[in-house]
Amino acid sequence: MMANPTPPTVEAKLTALAVSLRGVTKAYDNGVMALGPLDLAVRKGDFISLLGPSGCGKSTALRIIAGLTAASSGTVRVARPEGEMQPGHGIGFVFQEPTLMPWTSVRENVRLPLRLGRIPKAEACARADAALASVGLADFADAYPRELSGGMKMRVSLARALVTDPDILLMDEPFAALDEITRFRLNNDLLALWRALGKTVIFVTHSVFESVYLSQRVIVMTARPGRIQADIRIETVEPRAEEFRTSAAYSDYCRRVSAALAPSYAGRSTL
Amino acid sequence: MTAQAAVTAKPSGARRAMRFVLPLIVFAAGLIAWELLVRLKGIPPYVLPAPSVIVLTLIKDWAVLSQSLATTLLTTLEGFVAASIGGIALALLFNQSKWVEYSLFPYAVVLQVTPVIAIAPLLLIYLEQQTAVVVCAFIVAFFPVLSNTTLGLNSVDRNLAGLFQLYGASPQQTLRFLKLPAALPYILGGLRIAGGLSLIGAVVAEIAAGTAGAGSGLAYRIAESGYRLNIPRMFAALLLLSLAGIVIYGVLALVSHLVLRRWHESALGKED
Repeated sequence: MMANPTPPTVEAKLTALAVSLRGVTKAYDNGVMALGPLDLAVRKGDFISLLGPSGCGKSTALRIIAGLTAASSGTVRVARPEGEMQPGHGIGFVFQEPTLMPWTSVRENVRLPLRLGRIPKAEACARADAALASVGLADFADAYPRELSGGMKMRVSLARALVTDPDILLMDEPFAALDEITRFRLNNDLLALWRALGKTVIFVTHSVFESVYLSQRVIVMTARPGRIQADIRIETVEPRAEEFRTSAAYSDYCRRVSAALAPSYAGRSTL
Repeated sequence: MTAQAAVTAKPSGARRAMRFVLPLIVFAAGLIAWELLVRLKGIPPYVLPAPSVIVLTLIKDWAVLSQSLATTLLTTLEGFVAASIGGIALALLFNQSKWVEYSLFPYAVVLQVTPVIAIAPLLLIYLEQQTAVVVCAFIVAFFPVLSNTTLGLNSVDRNLAGLFQLYGASPQQTLRFLKLPAALPYILGGLRIAGGLSLIGAVVAEIAAGTAGAGSGLAYRIAESGYRLNIPRMFAALLLLSLAGIVIYGVLALVSHLVLRRWHESALGKED
């Protein structure tokens, strides 16, 4: 195709974006501004964190991207896989709680998105088992959620988000309720999955350390209404591993991110 | 170690046994006291029959009483099934449309708070007796099913609902895979209450119908025996009604336990 070379046009740049938000705001019914205006562009395959004080609207931003909440103004663009018409299939969502259905087995929980998409049962079960294996829970497919520990439930939730093979993974403080040891293990597992699967991840957290450890970009948000305070790129030797957690570069980044976060707390000492 | 385990296990086991043994001892003591009182004071059976006389009456009149028991149980079952289907269906309708809920819910409450004993005579005027009795059982029993199911359908985890929305679930899918399972513990709780209430409704309607009707349920037997001063038979019929209530409750509690035992807290508490 010499006669028709494709230069890197604006169009091509746009398609390389997984998510783009432009002037997005969210106001509650009582008129209080919760979010924005927010401008954010996330490239395909990136791992970014939204970091901010509680109540800054970072979860709201995530729900707007997922289409669970409507923005009050602004435009939201989410890249969808070609030929994919059904909403949601390009997106996997992991909530703050595991959000599993207690009345059915782990396998059925993971199979749910496929079941809702009317995928034949045999294929759906095979894919659910594969997703469970990818989070190390192949042996627990027939267990009920209540029989699992907090960390295992979160893994099931992650497997469910991955089972549709989405391009974008949205995670809303998924590990906030877990103990530190479990959280570190899940951080490493998540990084390994991200490297293996090449998904775009948008990760909401209120932990400076977690955001720096996991992401390529940390978006620091201000207190309500949430806006972008700083956009810090974390560059280090990939793949990251436990050594990064104890390195000088890591603590430097943590200091920078904390400094960027500090203004959000000004004037909120009454809390 | 085994000895230690045995020591720790013993008090809870003993306590468990006591929960069954103590009420039985009270029951036996009450019966003996009753029997002795009647015999020593020489109270005639038409004033207060002794327990032994009641049991003898139960055996002697079994042909009549069992027939009445079957009638009452059938009425109760019909009322219960109608109340279950009606209550759940109405709750689902309310859940689909707020307008329907706002329009009809006050009348469901009115039906519930108006004493059924006062409605029964009216129903007996307009309806055939057997139908009227079933309708009474239905009126008393359907409200707990309705309100519990409504509560259950509204108690769906918001994030799970969001997940269903994210994956583009149809209303039918959301109902089948999310709302009904989430509401199940509440529905079963409602059914447990409804079981006992439909028996009460059936009895109330039979009493209201009185001896004028052609009915032959247990409550009708009680009323009839009262007019005939056949006090032992009144007690025997009452005993059967009480047992029927206990069995209905027990069966529904068992069903609830079996359905929920793998996942719901209410069914897990007993095992852990």
